[in-house]
Amino acid sequence: MNRTRFAARRLAQGLVALLLIVVVNFFLIRAAPGDPAAVMAGEAGAGDAKFVAQLRQQFGLDKPMIEQLGLYLGHVALLDLGQSYRQQRPVADLIAERVPATLLLTGSAFVLSLLLGITLGAWSSSRVGTWSDSLVTTVALIFYATPLFWVALMAVLILSIKLDWLPGFGMATVGQNLSPLGHAIDVAQHLVLPAVTLALFYMAIYARMTRTSMLEVSRMDFVKTARAKGVPRGRIWRVHILRNALLPIITLAGIQAGQMVGGAILTETVFAWPGIGRLMFEALLQRDYNLLLGLFLFTAAMVVLFNVLTDVIYTIVDPRIELR
Amino acid sequence: MLRRDFIKIASATTGLIAAGQPWTAFSQGVANGVLNVAINPEPPGLMLALIQNGPTQLVAGNIYEGLLRYDAELNPMPGLAASWTISEDALTYSFKLKPGVTWHDGKPFSADDVVFSVDKLLRETHARLRSSLVAVDSITAPDADTVIFKLKYPFGPFIGLFEVGTMPIVPKHLYDGTDYRTNPANNTPIGTGPFKFKEWVKGSYIQLVRHEAYHEAGFPGIDGIYFHVIPDAASRAAAYESGKMDVMPGGTIEYFDIQRLKALPKTDVTTKGWEFFGPHCWMWLNNRSGPLADVRVRKAIMYALDREAMKNVAWYGFGKVATGPFSTTTRFHSDDVTPYPHDKAKAKALLAEAGYKGETLRLLPLPYGETWQRFAEMARQNLAEVGIKVELQATDVAGWNEKLNNWDYDLAFTYLYQYGDPALGVQRNYTTSNIQKGSPWNNVSGYSNPKVDELFERGAKEPNPTRRRAIYTEAQKILVDEVPVAWLIELEFPTIYRSNIQNLVNSAIGLNDGFARAKVTKA
Repeated sequence: MNRTRFAARRLAQGLVALLLIVVVNFFLIRAAPGDPAAVMAGEAGAGDAKFVAQLRQQFGLDKPMIEQLGLYLGHVALLDLGQSYRQQRPVADLIAERVPATLLLTGSAFVLSLLLGITLGAWSSSRVGTWSDSLVTTVALIFYATPLFWVALMAVLILSIKLDWLPGFGMATVGQNLSPLGHAIDVAQHLVLPAVTLALFYMAIYARMTRTSMLEVSRMDFVKTARAKGVPRGRIWRVHILRNALLPIITLAGIQAGQMVGGAILTETVFAWPGIGRLMFEALLQRDYNLLLGLFLFTAAMVVLFNVLTDVIYTIVDPRIELR
Repeated sequence: MLRRDFIKIASATTGLIAAGQPWTAFSQGVANGVLNVAINPEPPGLMLALIQNGPTQLVAGNIYEGLLRYDAELNPMPGLAASWTISEDALTYSFKLKPGVTWHDGKPFSADDVVFSVDKLLRETHARLRSSLVAVDSITAPDADTVIFKLKYPFGPFIGLFEVGTMPIVPKHLYDGTDYRTNPANNTPIGTGPFKFKEWVKGSYIQLVRHEAYHEAGFPGIDGIYFHVIPDAASRAAAYESGKMDVMPGGTIEYFDIQRLKALPKTDVTTKGWEFFGPHCWMWLNNRSGPLADVRVRKAIMYALDREAMKNVAWYGFGKVATGPFSTTTRFHSDDVTPYPHDKAKAKALLAEAGYKGETLRLLPLPYGETWQRFAEMARQNLAEVGIKVELQATDVAGWNEKLNNWDYDLAFTYLYQYGDPALGVQRNYTTSNIQKGSPWNNVSGYSNPKVDELFERGAKEPNPTRRRAIYTEAQKILVDEVPVAWLIELEFPTIYRSNIQNLVNSAIGLNDGFARAKVTKA
């Protein structure tokens, strides 16, 4: 089967999965105690149940659950994710305005962790048993085991407050009339701490995984043959070992890429980064059903998409794999 | 190839950082007359007539205005109204509006805007004001500068209803005949206030700029304000510590961080600006059934709680131990009530007398962060010391609402604003007609006493302040003896700010009154 047909079939299966996800989530979030009308009236200090009833009616929450689901699915079929109850703006707009910040953060972290992780893993696997190998494995273990929020807070404390080298919150310096280049530099500075924080955990996993996988491949017969043929050492590591060792890393990278669009709640919260993760967390606390469902649908769609992409990439990296 | 790419990218990134401007530019805000203010959570919107949560009031109090302002003793001061008169029978309130006021879009402000805002829009949309407007028979504008409110019956707290959060005046020309909730003007709010809405980068900041045509000559004293959304408490404290923030409004800093921040050089702290709200904290006691239906058990709880220690430990000394249902800043507060000092022996004796058999009571902490969690832990410890078994139940805000809405709790922490007057902010928690499922802010404990009902009813409709005081003094005495809830602390929410900011807080609603009068001096 060629790649296009395979991708099309998998995407079609993905659509069915998405429909199921929407329906399950629809009921799941309504099973949590409270609803958006009660939260909003509560915040306003309203002591009057009539007001809550009025809000429920305006939001259509007074209709039977099945009718609400039917209405929702009807809108989604027309690619309309509805209005946020709380913000009274289209859900699609609310998501769209957070996507760039999210992709910038998680994308940078993704690239950084992948590059650093694979490089470190490959490097240490070629020096097994030496002190530099132990250093890489130990550091990787520490980053893997340390909670993200702690790393983040320490980074802010040292690099932002004590040394004042890097900004500790936000995505850009506000109130400065910067040139486009100045703005890009400013955003890059703001990006460093959150992106590095987020990257450390995955970097540790990639490093350990690359190391193990490469060691395994390096013991295989074809590597010995290559050595016997007199292939230069660097080429053996890059072409013969690394390429064959990449499959498990691609699997993991596919999973990480799928999660990327969902944002990174902890990192976004600590660094006040205006991403999707925070939007989702706030929507959950406020029981903003439409916004929450829209976010779930969007992230689920991205996961489906990245899974298909991962499968296709397998076949590029390893032509022996057949698409079925 | 992989390694080469990595080195290229790494060096490019380093280059970017090295070439960047010093980012401390942020802290120059104050020198330029622009204030950087922390805010959390992000407001859902800025249209004050539709949304009245704390962050919305903090930002929108700069954009919109009310007819009156109030000083720290809750005396009315001119706002959009220059003067006002109240008729002998306390049924007619006439306001003369300030001349020459314009909306941010340049259109003139007039009495029609007031009539529309209050009589049409707020009657429908304002969660809190709607119930007070029941007392209003008609609102008319005999001419462009005059508004007359006619009441159905005298309503004691009426003159206290005109601050911007309670009765924000919005432009009729943008809202009349529209669907208020989906009106596009909600995204670019237009008011008469000292600052105009400029930009809102969702998840990051809200920018307001000076309203050049503001109706008070010489104001505002600063060029603009940035409200920065910083969701994490530790990060907010760090932002102030590193000089990036100028003002940390009450509630944005955890109490354990306040100690550290207030010791920083050129930093001031004030607890002023909450007199109108009088945030009053107590524990709901579900009076309906079980051990808490017995007044002796409720009294035992009052004696068991070491409220002084709670204040000193959980709240780091901020606040006052509450003596009863009225905050000391609320009109007609009385000290002439039974005191409940920390007395474990008395608590145990009362429990024995009531025949408490060790039933477990469910305690719902307020899910507002670390300080509240510690507060609840202390309460549990105090109650355990006299033998009351307590189980803490964790929940989020929506879950907390839901449980109180349905009376599904035994003990529950809460705090409520009193809005300066018992008829606005106290009565709702103790009268029988306010026992209704569906709101966490009414009489959630289910306490009912016809005498108390009658006193509050009379107090609300009594225009004479001396007679009102007598009525409310009696009500406080009865309530404190019957302990419908366990009053804990009159909360204080300290505002932390740079010492070179003058006149930051100048009314009973504090920062919610806007930053018009704040001035920045050279550091």
